[in-house]
Amino acid sequence: MAIIEQPLAIESSEAPLAERPLGALTRPQGGNGWRDWLSTVDHKRIGVMYGVASMFFFIVGGAEALLIRTQLAFPDQGFLSAQIYNEIYTMHGLTMVFLFVMPLAAAFANYLIPLQIGARDVAFPRLNALSFWVWLSGAVFINSSWLVGGGGADCGWFCYSPNSGVTFSPTHGVDFYAVGLLIIGAASIVSSLNLIVTVLNMRAPGMSLFRMPVLTWMLLVTQFLLAFALPVIVVALFLLLFDRVFDSQFFDPDAGADPLLWQHLFWIFGHPEVYIIILPSFGIISEIIPTFSRKPIFGYSFMVFSGIAIGFMGWGVWAHHMFVSGIGPISVAAFSLSTMFIAVPTGVKILNWLATMWGGKLRFTTAMLFAVGTVAMFTIGGLSGVTHALAPADTQQTDTYYIVAHFHYVIFGGGVLGLMGGSYFWWPKVFGHMLNERRGKIHFWLMIIGMNLTFGPMHVLGLQGMSRRIDTYSAGFGFELWNLVATLGAYTIGLAVCFFLYNVWASRREAKHLPAPGPDPWDARSLEWMVPSPTPEHNFDVIPTVESQDEWWYRKYGYDENHKVVRIATIEEVAQKGDADDVHLPSPSFWPLVIAAGLPLIGYGVIFNLWLCVIGGLLVAGGLYAWVLEPVDDPDAGHGHDDHHDDDGGDGSVMVGAGATDESEGS
Amino acid sequence: MTTTATVAVKTHRDPHETNTGISNNKLAMWLFLGTECLLFGGLISTYLLYKTRGNGEVLPTDIFDIPFTSVSSFVLLMSSLTMVLALSAINRGELERSRAWLLTTAMLGGVFVGGQVYEFTTFVREGVGFTTNPASSAFYTLTGFHGVHVSLGILMLMSLVVASVQGKLKQSNAETVEIIGLYWHFVDIVWIFIFTVIYLIPAE
Repeated sequence: MAIIEQPLAIESSEAPLAERPLGALTRPQGGNGWRDWLSTVDHKRIGVMYGVASMFFFIVGGAEALLIRTQLAFPDQGFLSAQIYNEIYTMHGLTMVFLFVMPLAAAFANYLIPLQIGARDVAFPRLNALSFWVWLSGAVFINSSWLVGGGGADCGWFCYSPNSGVTFSPTHGVDFYAVGLLIIGAASIVSSLNLIVTVLNMRAPGMSLFRMPVLTWMLLVTQFLLAFALPVIVVALFLLLFDRVFDSQFFDPDAGADPLLWQHLFWIFGHPEVYIIILPSFGIISEIIPTFSRKPIFGYSFMVFSGIAIGFMGWGVWAHHMFVSGIGPISVAAFSLSTMFIAVPTGVKILNWLATMWGGKLRFTTAMLFAVGTVAMFTIGGLSGVTHALAPADTQQTDTYYIVAHFHYVIFGGGVLGLMGGSYFWWPKVFGHMLNERRGKIHFWLMIIGMNLTFGPMHVLGLQGMSRRIDTYSAGFGFELWNLVATLGAYTIGLAVCFFLYNVWASRREAKHLPAPGPDPWDARSLEWMVPSPTPEHNFDVIPTVESQDEWWYRKYGYDENHKVVRIATIEEVAQKGDADDVHLPSPSFWPLVIAAGLPLIGYGVIFNLWLCVIGGLLVAGGLYAWVLEPVDDPDAGHGHDDHHDDDGGDGSVMVGAGATDESEGS
Repeated sequence: MTTTATVAVKTHRDPHETNTGISNNKLAMWLFLGTECLLFGGLISTYLLYKTRGNGEVLPTDIFDIPFTSVSSFVLLMSSLTMVLALSAINRGELERSRAWLLTTAMLGGVFVGGQVYEFTTFVREGVGFTTNPASSAFYTLTGFHGVHVSLGILMLMSLVVASVQGKLKQSNAETVEIIGLYWHFVDIVWIFIFTVIYLIPAE
């Protein structure tokens, strides 16, 4: 199957570019140099870049966390000023949510969705590159406020008005927050549309929706949540930006505005965002647990439908973040109920994971340890979440460390541990060598001990009444011991992350002396294990025809007359060789990078000097038009054959040849 | 979604066929329009919350010129008709006629945007600026976002016209016209909501 991406507009024509008039932006031909990474449209390389960049920001956000914990280790410390402390915890939250967990999930989504559904790439490979570069430009932009914006945003990650107004937040930090999240949001919306179309349209023959792996399903639900939640925060961010830059009156109570508007808009986005963070991790462990239990996932359709149910119900619980904002008893009661209900599909998932393990042949690899750790830690976070559904209790807990404890158990315990497990699981598929298991297990135990030392005591601190977001506390309230424990725990997590990086480095060095892992080192179940490790550029030599759930497993195993599992083929017999050389792949392009470079310039322009907007706007517009006029498939690339696309536009359709016209066009 | 779930599993099929039978480009546009619903939903909610908020300054609702806006709304809605005619023409291979209707659509859109510019300048002269009160901020933001959408639509239509003049818009590109048409109709339909919510529903 050819990669189906038609140019949105017109078939175009670049005359044979003998003299390369585009200079540095001459269309690259693909290869392995650094320039080829800048122009790649390969979903696997883009996935790897998401992963590397998100790990970088994990370290940045982690450093911010250590600064916070260092400040709070002892009472009455002056290690950070109150202002700097505000900026650090705000940027810690933003970095971890938008620059670490979401892009790391995007890394898995980009790399694995096409492989799991049996496709050669995503639906729109260049848009995929655009999503990554725009996200990265937004990430750099938002952090550049440390250097040029007079400090980071200082309003907390949910940035309530009127605190976020110019009066209370006079530096440019909040401007960078608004513009940076707009840029990142645009990237995520584009990426979500791309991946939804990929899953709905590009599945291999026989891969019906209910044969898709649970991970693909959870990622699909996540993309729908992204597509529909982000426009709401986009509205909120525009209103905030207009207030700060153009003096509009959206959040000024003196002018008659209602600060609750921000809270509603933010949390209508913000609560689905919680599921955007957690569902990819749920999907990942739904792949890991069956593999290392040697059983199919228990209750596949329940698993899928509870994921969909979480996706829908996630829209009806946002005001439980606002129980103390005076929204009235009816609203509080309604949102209490819906918040309790959403625990049901989540509970279904937890029980299904346990039932999958029940009676299975368990192998506790590092990936499996992380998966089981995810289930355990998420259960703790989920239970403390249900306590927030009880409005009277929540009223006591609002803005205390109990909340901080809860959402770290959910996001770190449920989200990050799962993503880490996924890293160990798919590492051989992505990089062609295993991560060392012994060091991996040390990493796991450091991580799980560290997180429980850090976030466990915060439950106690919160119930004792310690407010979140205070830059210090006085001695004598009983906060000293647990704060010190939490700080030691945070440093343990820091050590665990360093150990993980060491493991990555050392495993890569040792890989030369170890046998290659082969296509399927874990005896796993889904299609990505059918292709060699690392995945060849064209993914599949031949697109597989799918006949069942866990297709790959049933190519290796069958049942005898006693319904016992028996091996019917070795991996080598049924795996693909990765040696096809006639596969037509989309050509690389520099234009996504050009457009992504323009957007932060527009951002700086809005904040500092509108003339910068003109330059940025020209880059974006020029990049867009060059993109549209650039054929999807480079006529110069010298492919063995012409792979024209059919036009889907009904009868009598003519072949839309990429670059097949004879007019020349100087774009 | 439900239709895709019931698509029969075929083992032999055209390699260019998609699972849903809808092309990738068109499906992406439909999804994009879905996200746009949430964007305008947020903006319309904001306006509904704020439409009478202020400290005694003039409110947008005080100075609406409903007959004028009705006329420009009519012009915009008619542009949906010409858009349909443009698509129908290119589907039949009548490229010249399609170009003419595309141009007409863009010009009708231009009349609408011109009317909006006139309306905004009149309102500012009558004392309702962007920063006057929450009601005016919400009014200009909502209608302004819509105006930007119409303007981008005009840009896309004019790009099609230029391509058509250069002979690059052929019958085989009819789906491109259809997809841009989807966007254009969406922007029109949103205006029906905005016009009703802002202009036709009384303030009190």
